[in-house]
Amino acid sequence: MIEALWRKLWRHRRLLGVGAAAIVAAHLLAGWSVVVPAGLCVLLVASVLVVGEGEDHAGEGAGSAMADDLQRLPAEHLAAAVADPLILFDRTASVVHANAAAFVAFGSMAPGLSLPLKFRAPEMQALLDAVLSGSAGAGSIDYAEKLPMERAYRVSASAIGHGSPLYVLIFKDQSETRRIDRMRADFIANASHELRTPLASIAGFIETLRGPARDDAAAREQFLQIMQNQTGRMARLIDDLLSLSRLEMKPYLRPGSRVDLTATLKAVIDTLTPLARDNGLVIEREFADEPKEVPGDRDELFQVFENLLENACKYGQSGGRVTVSIGAGHDGPEPTVDVTVRDFGPGIAEEHIPRVTERFYRIDPQTSRAQKGTGLGLSIVKHILTRHNGRLSIQSEPGKGAAFTVHLPAN
Amino acid sequence: MSMQSMHIVSAYDEELAYLSRRIAAMGGHAERMVEQALAALVNADAGLAQKVIADDAVLDEGQREIDEKAIVVIARRQPMATDLREIIGAIRISADLERVGDLAKNIAKRVMAVTGSQQPSSLFRGIEALSDLALTQLKDVLDVYATRAVERIGFVRDRDDQIDAMYTSLFRELLTYMMEDPRNITPCTHLLFCAKNVERIGDHATNIAETIYHIVTGEQMPAERPKGDKTDRVTAPH
Repeated sequence: MIEALWRKLWRHRRLLGVGAAAIVAAHLLAGWSVVVPAGLCVLLVASVLVVGEGEDHAGEGAGSAMADDLQRLPAEHLAAAVADPLILFDRTASVVHANAAAFVAFGSMAPGLSLPLKFRAPEMQALLDAVLSGSAGAGSIDYAEKLPMERAYRVSASAIGHGSPLYVLIFKDQSETRRIDRMRADFIANASHELRTPLASIAGFIETLRGPARDDAAAREQFLQIMQNQTGRMARLIDDLLSLSRLEMKPYLRPGSRVDLTATLKAVIDTLTPLARDNGLVIEREFADEPKEVPGDRDELFQVFENLLENACKYGQSGGRVTVSIGAGHDGPEPTVDVTVRDFGPGIAEEHIPRVTERFYRIDPQTSRAQKGTGLGLSIVKHILTRHNGRLSIQSEPGKGAAFTVHLPAN
Repeated sequence: MSMQSMHIVSAYDEELAYLSRRIAAMGGHAERMVEQALAALVNADAGLAQKVIADDAVLDEGQREIDEKAIVVIARRQPMATDLREIIGAIRISADLERVGDLAKNIAKRVMAVTGSQQPSSLFRGIEALSDLALTQLKDVLDVYATRAVERIGFVRDRDDQIDAMYTSLFRELLTYMMEDPRNITPCTHLLFCAKNVERIGDHATNIAETIYHIVTGEQMPAERPKGDKTDRVTAPH
């Protein structure tokens, strides 16, 4: 109460000062005693307090109103406005409050959750210990998570102080820089390995064309055709590598955007109908026309279904048809929307199923080459689905075809 | 710990909280060791492998400490029901984590043997994918230990099946490399043991999940499905 009074007086210090000076000056000039100005000063203070009250209610005086707003701002609202994951915790290292960004980054952060149990990395344990024991007022460390996605943070912990028994933990996302470094290394390794094969073949044919086949028109035509195929393959490979790198660059999904799966699937089917026709296949739509919305990025999910359907058309050629269906399922307690692309071709042998999403993993390199595969299609699918908190499941029986099912969270 | 009911003697609560914090710290160390052992293997990093081997002592020490502490708590407090399960669970989980550390250390020890000769990177891709699965399993299970959300623990069985399927596939692949070129036999055999170790790490994670389920519910986890590891039936391709 007294503190509030002082604050109010302090806020109106300029008015008070000017008023008091005026009273004292006027009375000294008039040669009166000091008692009267003192009494007038008391009146002035009282009037300022009353006026101040009015100002507060009227919302006048920008400075004071702002200070009041700050006073009234609850910690949760401030935390919610922070874009980085922020966690408030108490003396026992239990979560008191975590902002929305922390929920997105680390999943459930319910109050009462013990932080050292959740962040088990040795350096995090040391940081929490240091701050809680008071041996360091504040500290920061580099913290990296490898799974489910590669993420790196600069984490700082500190006591809030000013009489508050709480502590705060802030995560600054550094994944971007790390990822760019790693991506560069990976890209060079993968790309150089995969590009070398067609390059070697082109180099070989150039040599032949300049030497033994110099004057052989028929051979020249044939070799040039092969060389063109090889350059085409290199171009496709570069496209796929680039889209994979782009995905790695932005591993988080923009929240809030929604996609209509029905429309997306129809567009994908339209795009691939010519390819299916060339391969002697029919694409059968086994889903209703009504819109089916899920959270996600339209372009990315388009690519997922395009890759799956393209694979089905290429490798399930012998089956004569490919079906696309939408169903409902659940992942634990969460409902999911399941999109299944099924072909009726030779199917995939059991031992390959767990591995087909690995980069450059090919079940049969010959067929893959013949079908202009890059070995990256399913890898891209898996990457996009991880970003969507979805997953891919594959059922196949040799001789009866394969079904690729995309499970996407419904909400 | 806030999710436990409070006791009259708050020192007792602190002792229980201390046990679970020690488990979490051990878990963090174990996760880190597995991660680094695999990184050492894939990148042929002898220095990192040495570090992993040395780090194993931390887990051994952790297990000893938890054992002693648990015995002291049992002797002093005569715990019942949930508390007793919590303490016995801590002993069992720390034993599993200590084994995970041993397996990671064993992988680290093989780094030099595998990478002595130049190996194509394709050889490691499979084991990397396998270890990603096992590590995710371990991480998710330890996360459940933190949140006690055992209703979500069903993922453990599914992932266990995936790990087994992946291991079987890897087994075949390594066998093929060995048949292609006898010079591959030494590194591939070591890799096979590494893969087996990773698969065992997944099994320990599953054990921990079962222990957590027991701690929280007092019941055994629903019956296990038939094992998916089929390497006992894999023969060399003809």
